[in-house]
Amino acid sequence: MTDRLFASTRKGLFEFRKKGAGWSLANVSFLGSPVTGLMRHPADGALYAALDLGHFGVKLHESQDGGKSWSEIAAPSYSGIDAGSKDAPSLKLLWVLEAGGKDQPNRLWAGTIPGGLFKSDDRGRSWQLVKSLWDDPRRLKWSGGGYDQPGIHSVSIDPRDSRRIAVAVSTGGVWESTDGGESWALGGKGLRAAYVPPEQANDPEQQDVHRLVRCATRPDEFWIQHHNGIFKSVGGIAEWKEIFPPHEGAFGFAVAVDPKRAERAWFVPAVKDEYRYPKDGKLLVAMTDDGGKSFSYFDRGLPQDNAYDLIYRHGMVIDDEGTGLAIGSTTGGLWFSGDSGESWNSAPARLPPIYGLAYA
Amino acid sequence: MARISFTQHLRAVGPTDPASYDGATLADVLAAVARDFPRLPDYLLDDQGKLRRHIAIFIDGVMAPRDQALARPLATNSEIHIFQALSGG
Repeated sequence: MTDRLFASTRKGLFEFRKKGAGWSLANVSFLGSPVTGLMRHPADGALYAALDLGHFGVKLHESQDGGKSWSEIAAPSYSGIDAGSKDAPSLKLLWVLEAGGKDQPNRLWAGTIPGGLFKSDDRGRSWQLVKSLWDDPRRLKWSGGGYDQPGIHSVSIDPRDSRRIAVAVSTGGVWESTDGGESWALGGKGLRAAYVPPEQANDPEQQDVHRLVRCATRPDEFWIQHHNGIFKSVGGIAEWKEIFPPHEGAFGFAVAVDPKRAERAWFVPAVKDEYRYPKDGKLLVAMTDDGGKSFSYFDRGLPQDNAYDLIYRHGMVIDDEGTGLAIGSTTGGLWFSGDSGESWNSAPARLPPIYGLAYA
Repeated sequence: MARISFTQHLRAVGPTDPASYDGATLADVLAAVARDFPRLPDYLLDDQGKLRRHIAIFIDGVMAPRDQALARPLATNSEIHIFQALSGG
């Protein structure tokens, strides 16, 4: 599973295979079309690719043969939702796809812009909007972050109990259901927003969480890369501690968490929010091994001159062992590490802008 | 019958050549086309059934305003062309 990586890009889905110590391009799907994300279903290895065809809308495709062939299946739809209202919703982006728990082999979850969470129990043949969250009056405080409308970009299923679902919203904080999506609790105590009036800085719904990631083997521990900082929790999504990395720039989008060691996480810092490029044009990956008390900064193999690569929220992935990492940038750079981020090798390709990576 | 043709960018999901379908309005004609090409509507219409932005409809040589095109009554033997604006880089 960790010898194959997919890069979802503005001009297609690029599959890389590991051969010996290096990676090579093995296949390209949807060449010319924007692919915004890819998910592998762990139950049977089926692949799901989200496309944003712009003028023709958002589409979802499935592959049962590892990406050799694809067929279009239903995308989540807001048809009939708030119909007749002036701002009746329509799907703008399929921002994240996740599989259900081990007891739900046909379940898919989809986080979208404009803010709806969808689920499918037939592998994307049909979708249902999770009305409990959509109709929650607190949702009306959500707002657009980088896009005009808010969106759900992180969906995390508790591996011990597939009814426990955590989601993160840009902009709208972190939420959890413990009953399979019937009801929702707003978490986020301790998160801090630097971009709102000071008295609202700790309002949990004002938090622009860029990415929420759970530790696979310590499922109560999470990391957040937030618009203006890094946060860590040890007891679910309710309460958070802010982490202050020494290197200038707690701004970033992506976070990877060691699946075996919740204290260990990786980030790609950038100059803060109005600029968004690596400091001094040097691309670095930051790693903490001790829950955020200290950080190491790795640059070996990464460009250190005139690099303006930004890593989006789904643009950094880690393998099941915690040693393989990959990062993909908005300028089409792709780098692989086999030693937990200490050194990197560039992919043998100049890619289109990368929206997301997935080991599959 | 109306004669309808689609941009080449829709050839994977719609008729590749101009085709004839019955309908009193464009919405009727598209519904008839969709019976043969079920994926097509989602490419032209958003979740609320409105024409997607940047879809351009010409009826008998005149571009129809997007918010009125679907309900526009058609003449016998109307000629319909469906295009889209391309953008980006």
